[in-house]
Amino acid sequence: MGRALLVVRLAARDLRRRPAETALLLLAIMAATTTLTLGLVLQGVTDKPFQSTREATAGPDVIAALFPRSDGTVDPAQVKAVTGEPGVVAHSGPYPVAGAVLEAGDRTVVAQIEGRDTAVASVDQPKPTRGGWLRPGGVVLEAAFAEALDIGPGDRVTLSPIEETAPGSEPSLQASGAGREFRVDGVAVTAATPPYPEPACLVNLCQGGADTGVLWLGRADALSLYPRRDSFIYVWNLKLADPARAPAFAAEHNPPADLPEGARSSGPPPPFLEPWQVIRDASANLVDNQRRALLTGAWLLAFLAVASVAVLVGGRMADQLRRVGLLKAVGGTPGLIAAVLLAEYVAVALLAAAAGLVVGSLTAPLITEPSAGLLGSAGAQTVTLSSAGVVTAVALAVAVVATVVPAVRAARTSTVLALADAARPPRRTAWLVALSARLPVPLLLGLRVAARRPRRTLLALVSIALTVSGVVAALAAHADLPNGSGSARADRLDEVLLVITITLVAMAAVNAIFVTWATALDARRSSALERALGATPLQIGAGLSAAQVLPALAGALLGIPGGLELIAMADPDSSSPSPPLWQLLAVVPATVIVVAVLSAVPARIGARQPAGRVLQSELA
Amino acid sequence: METSESPASVGPVLRARGLEKRYGDGEGLVQALDSVDLDVARGESLAVMGPSGCGKSTLLHLLGGLERPSEGEVWLAGRRVDRLSEKALARLRRRAIGFVFQAFHLMDELTALENVELPALLAGSSPRAARQRATELLGQVGLTDRADHLPAALSGGQRQRVAIARALSNEPLVLLADEPTGNLDTAATLDVLRVLDSLRAAGQTLVIVTHESRVAATADRLISMRDGGFVEETRLTRGTHGRLGELAGLES
Repeated sequence: MGRALLVVRLAARDLRRRPAETALLLLAIMAATTTLTLGLVLQGVTDKPFQSTREATAGPDVIAALFPRSDGTVDPAQVKAVTGEPGVVAHSGPYPVAGAVLEAGDRTVVAQIEGRDTAVASVDQPKPTRGGWLRPGGVVLEAAFAEALDIGPGDRVTLSPIEETAPGSEPSLQASGAGREFRVDGVAVTAATPPYPEPACLVNLCQGGADTGVLWLGRADALSLYPRRDSFIYVWNLKLADPARAPAFAAEHNPPADLPEGARSSGPPPPFLEPWQVIRDASANLVDNQRRALLTGAWLLAFLAVASVAVLVGGRMADQLRRVGLLKAVGGTPGLIAAVLLAEYVAVALLAAAAGLVVGSLTAPLITEPSAGLLGSAGAQTVTLSSAGVVTAVALAVAVVATVVPAVRAARTSTVLALADAARPPRRTAWLVALSARLPVPLLLGLRVAARRPRRTLLALVSIALTVSGVVAALAAHADLPNGSGSARADRLDEVLLVITITLVAMAAVNAIFVTWATALDARRSSALERALGATPLQIGAGLSAAQVLPALAGALLGIPGGLELIAMADPDSSSPSPPLWQLLAVVPATVIVVAVLSAVPARIGARQPAGRVLQSELA
Repeated sequence: METSESPASVGPVLRARGLEKRYGDGEGLVQALDSVDLDVARGESLAVMGPSGCGKSTLLHLLGGLERPSEGEVWLAGRRVDRLSEKALARLRRRAIGFVFQAFHLMDELTALENVELPALLAGSSPRAARQRATELLGQVGLTDRADHLPAALSGGQRQRVAIARALSNEPLVLLADEPTGNLDTAATLDVLRVLDSLRAAGQTLVIVTHESRVAATADRLISMRDGGFVEETRLTRGTHGRLGELAGLES
């Protein structure tokens, strides 16, 4: 007990003695724990609002889309094959569905229109959240779509038929005829499509690309938009006796995905059925993407935190060597020394975990802010015991991984050497020494400085490689977003990507400064000696900067394939997105310039230490 | 005190006038060096003696441009150097001054040969020329067979001889040695003294700070210091046999 108290007391005093470093350690680990908490609490966050919406709107278990024959009618046999199946306990439809150009104020978008009855349907009856349900001559917009367009009851919108485009080409926003103006009767939620800004399309048949939203209007009004009946598809909403069987039911009726082209009949395509679970998952798509980005970012930040803490701890250990010697001289065992050193960082890690859990929980609603397209809220973002355990374990792992080597090394240092505060001998890398002799003086010095502490150089390299990987992955994710910037869906995910990127770059910047400063301190003697031998302060400073820039260059080069691999792992469903070539090409010089600038100040300060006094103090 | 005229026929290669160095201020003010005047002739060997803390090392640092004086002037080869920029001072050290330190200050991760070639590389010599010069210098100090050894594998005397070879890499006008035998035993001291003697014989200008009278006795001239100032100057005859080691009483 007394020994434990001693460890705690010594650790606490040392932490209080260096408040700035302690705060930096805390922030570095907290960046990772907060991001990880956010990623973990977003798990299943939209399930509850979707269920509420499904109950309130008599949401369908399966939505069936049937395609008309050339005369505009649907094959009754196909209808019977779907609605007459055992297990179907209720249905509504058929409702004609088509794309249309929607103009509201200065906005022009593509909407999916569904012709509905003014009467209440037994299955999938959208529930107005503002205004009321359809009246003749009116329209009702999906609530999140209306919110994005800033449209409400009483406003007026114009609908026009979409101009036909060649199969496979981008949908056109061009109206093919004169539009008709409609009054907005209300905005409503539905469980038949994911809410906007997800592609909100019935049966996943979007005519307008990613930013399509759903709009309901009277059946006759819908049919009047297009002169040809075969311009529509027809939708049936089915209720099953066992909603859990919906995926199996849909699979039984959908055509096999690998059906050869020649095997298809010349008539209309077979019906396409979509189970409610697909809609539920799509409703969570945006949050899931954000969650994936956050979790990926959290792991990158955790690794960066390891690098930050390792560099800080390495620097502190060098400074603490004399203290270690004193503790050993008065009877401290290597175990006690290691325990004191580890306890400091474990305490910081636990505090960072707690702070990350609190901040992450409080910040989560900003990301999961319930869509207007779903009823209710996501509820309080509660941290489960397992989430708290994962976050705490990661924080502790960061501290222990970064600390254990220098702590054990310090504990095993001989008492005499520790009391003498003898610097740890540098490593010799013969081939680098030989290579550097052929380089200009700053590179000669930089390469040799980097080679003296290969572990620190490796940390700097890994730190930059992780950051560049994160940035490249974020750029790739951004490039992969539908319609690029300007899309509401893209904007929401872009915000998360931007925050993660800024945090990554900030952590890497702090790391670069830490590493340079630690290097400058460690190289005090050699820098002073090189100055005594005739190197200018500019050459020494440039050498210290070069010691950071060289691993940064390697890190940036490794980070590009790393980032592309990262995005492929984080989003296996996407088809290997890649940022534009110019962005990839710009990453390397940008990284080198940023690191050179960041390292310039600590390198310059380190290079201007009075050489005579440094060499004299070494002697003392 | 004013030093006597240089024995050399040419003007002093190193000159200091009214040199002062103060550290701290107020009650913590330390006058490390107080109104020192000094002339060192080309080819002269000068020893500076005195107790610890008397300002010997500070004087050496000021003469070599490692520190700037609080007052006074330092001239090297007819050029005033105490007002030079850091960059110009670095270039001056590179070309005109060689340092030897008590603690050797070798780069631990570099071999003896790599340590010796470093100043030449810093001065922009080609790797081949730097390597060739370093090999020659190691031969001069009798360490050809230790060229590829790291400092940790060398004895104290060998390390100091490597440091001397390094100091000579760019053929400096003046070699400044700060307690070059301070960390050495008798045998190693003798080795280093032999090297210094050969340098003196070859006409190398030497300023050696030491607290050891046997080392000081090897010089052409001895200056004693106390409390930051010169208190005595003695011209030495360098022994009856002309052998530095014998004069120093280190070998029979």
